[in-house]
Amino acid sequence: MKVVVYEKVFLGVGILCLVACLAALFYASAVMGIHLPGREGELDPEEIASTPPFDDPGLRRVAPKEYEAVVVGKVWQFDPREIRVPVGSKVTFIATSPDVIHGFHVQGTRINMMLIPGQISKTSYRFQIPGEHLILCHEYCGFGHHLMYGNLIVEEE
Amino acid sequence: MRGAPTVFDPSGFRLPDGQRRVLRWMLYIGYAALVAGIFHGLAQSLSYANIDILQYFPALRSYYQGLTAHGVANALIFTFSFANAFLPLMTARALSERLNGKLLWSSFGTLVVGNLMVIYAVVTNQASVLYTSYAPLQAHWSYYLGLVLVVVSTWLILANQLLMLRRWKKANPGERIPLLAYISVISYVMWFLASLPIATEFLGFLIPWSLGWMAKVDPLLTRTLFWFTGHAIVYAWLLPAYVSWYALIPRQVDGKLLSDPLTRFVFILFLLLSIPTGFHHQYTDPGISTSMKAVHAVLTFGVFFPSLATAFTVLASLEIGARNRGGRGIVRWFARLPWDDPSVTAQVLAMITFVFGGITGLINASFTMNQVIHNTTWVPGHFHMTVGSAVALTLVGVAYWMVPYLTGRKLWGRELAVASSWVYTVGVLIFARGMISAGLEGMPRRIYRAQASYDDSAWDLGGILTGIGGSLMFLGIFLFFVVIGMTILVGRKGEGPDDIPWSETVTAPKTSGWEPKMDRLWIWVVVAVVLILVAYGPFFASYLPPHFISEGFSRF
Repeated sequence: MKVVVYEKVFLGVGILCLVACLAALFYASAVMGIHLPGREGELDPEEIASTPPFDDPGLRRVAPKEYEAVVVGKVWQFDPREIRVPVGSKVTFIATSPDVIHGFHVQGTRINMMLIPGQISKTSYRFQIPGEHLILCHEYCGFGHHLMYGNLIVEEE
Repeated sequence: MRGAPTVFDPSGFRLPDGQRRVLRWMLYIGYAALVAGIFHGLAQSLSYANIDILQYFPALRSYYQGLTAHGVANALIFTFSFANAFLPLMTARALSERLNGKLLWSSFGTLVVGNLMVIYAVVTNQASVLYTSYAPLQAHWSYYLGLVLVVVSTWLILANQLLMLRRWKKANPGERIPLLAYISVISYVMWFLASLPIATEFLGFLIPWSLGWMAKVDPLLTRTLFWFTGHAIVYAWLLPAYVSWYALIPRQVDGKLLSDPLTRFVFILFLLLSIPTGFHHQYTDPGISTSMKAVHAVLTFGVFFPSLATAFTVLASLEIGARNRGGRGIVRWFARLPWDDPSVTAQVLAMITFVFGGITGLINASFTMNQVIHNTTWVPGHFHMTVGSAVALTLVGVAYWMVPYLTGRKLWGRELAVASSWVYTVGVLIFARGMISAGLEGMPRRIYRAQASYDDSAWDLGGILTGIGGSLMFLGIFLFFVVIGMTILVGRKGEGPDDIPWSETVTAPKTSGWEPKMDRLWIWVVVAVVLILVAYGPFFASYLPPHFISEGFSRF
C-alpha cells in the first residue's frame, strides 16, 4: 500500500499527538490522583431505607477535615438538599438512587457521577475555595427533572 | 498525475424506475422526520435562552416529550432513512446490479411501520424517555418495537447489498470489489455488528418488561447494552457521509481520490474500532471497573486515527480539484472550489465544522476532562458539530444532487440552496459556542431551563448564543425544505443528473499481494468480534447474570 510522504508525516504527527494526550491522561490519573467512579458495591434499590449507610443520608465527620456525604437522589430531590463543609475538607460522596437513573454533579468541580438503581456511586474531592455550588441532577429522570437540585456550601473557618 | 479509473462500468447503469421510487420515498421519510425534529430543536434552543415557546405547541405535554421527538426524529429516523436510500443506491450503481425488489419493499415497509409505532407512542406522551431510553424509565412497548423495526429495515438493506455483492463476485471472479461498493457495504456491516447489543436490550429486556411479561429490569445492564451500540451508532451515521466525502466529492470538485487501498484500510479500521469504545459514555457510571474504562479510553483515541487519515485524504482530493480549476498558493486554492455548487458547499462546510466536532470529541474521551463536562450542555454542543453538522450537512449536500437524480427534475433555487448551508453552518457554530461555554459553567443538558427551579447567571451568555444559533439552524434547514419541496413540485422535468458523481482514484487497487485480502469482509468481521470480546468480555463475565431489580417508572 503506497502512502504519500506528506500523508506519512501528517499521520505520524497525528499519532504522536494522540499518544501525548493519552500520556497526559494517565499522568493525571496515576500522579495527580484524578480517578473515575468504579465498582463500589451493589444493593437492592427497594431496600434503601433499611440499608446502611443510605438509611441515614447526610454529612458525617470521619476524621479532622475529612467527611463522608451520604446522598440519595430520588424523584425529584436530593436527600440531603444542602451540604455544608468547612474549607479545606476532603469529602467522600457515597450515593445511589431508589427509582430511576439520576445525575450528581457539583457545579464547578470534577464531582460528576451517575446514580444508577442497584449500584453505589463513590467519589472524593477536597474543597479548597470557599463558596456556593449548585448540586445538579444532570440525567433526565421524568417530568420534574428540571426541579431536582441541591446546594453545597464551602464555609470559611 | 496517473489516472486509474475506478469506474467499473462507466456505461451509466440505472436502477429500474420502481426501485428508484422506493429509494426516493425512503429519503422522504427522513425529511418528514426532520420537519418534526427541527421545530422541537428550535423550541429547545430557545428554552436555553430562557424563552419558552413550547407553551404554544399544540398537544405537547412536556419539554421532554419534545426532546424525545427531536432526538428520535433527527438522530435516528433522518439518518437511517438516508442511509437506507443512499448506501444501496451506491452499491447497486458501483456493481451495476439491481436490488432485490422484495427485500427492498420489505425494508421500506418495516421502516414505515416502525415509524408509525414510534410516532404513536411519542405523540401520546407514552414514550417520553428520550432516545437513550434508559430503564427503569418505561415507555409504551410500541416505542421499543417501532425502533426495533427501524433497525430491522437497516438489516434488510444490508442483506440486499450483500446479495448484490455475491452476484457480482460470481460474475467477476478475481476482480477487486469496486471501491464505492466496498465502502458502502462495510458501513452497514459495521452497523449490523454494532446494532446487535441494542437489539438484545430491546428484544430481550425492554419489550417483555414494557408488556408486563417481565416484572423488573436491570438498569446498569440495559444502559451498558445501549452504549455498546451507542457509540458505534454515531459511526453508522457518519460513514455514509464519509462515503460521499471519499468517493463522490472528489468528482464534484473536479478532483480525484488519492488512494484506493488507504480508503479501504480506513473503513476497515472503522469496522474494527467503532464498537469496542462504548464505556467512554459511561465514565461516570458506577458498577464498571476503572481499568475497563481505561481500555475503552485507549481504543477511543484509536478510532480517532482513521478520522485523521480521512481529514488528509479528503483535503487532498479537494486540493487536487481546486488546482485543476486554476487554484494557486498554499491556502488560496481553497477559494477556487466550486462554491456555487450547493452540494459541494454544504459538504465542505460540514468538513470544516467537523474539525471542531473531532477536537471536542477527543476532550470527551479524556476521562479527566469528561468529569468536568459529562452531561452538561458541552455534550450536545459537541455532537451538533458531529452528527448535527458533519452528518446533517452532508446529507443536505447529497440531497442537492440525489433528489434531482432520483426524481429526474432539475434542482430548484440553486442560490437559495447554497445560502441554506451557510446559514446553517453559521448557526451551528454560534449554537455550539453557546452550549460549550455554558457547559463548562456546569449548565446541565436535557433540562427545561426556561422552567427550571434553579439557574445561574453564568449560563446567560451561553444560553442566548444557543438560542440565536438554534434559530439560524432552523432557518437553514427550513430553506433546505423550500429548495427540496420546490424541486419535487416544480423542478424542470428531464433535467436531473444522469448519473451519480463518481470519482476516479490516483492510486488504483492491486490485484496481487496481500491487498486483495481487504475485500474478504468476513476476516475483518472476525477481528472486530475478537476486539469486542476483549473490550466487553470482562465486564459481562464479572457482572452477569442480569440483576432484575427495578420496576418500570413512567411519570412523564
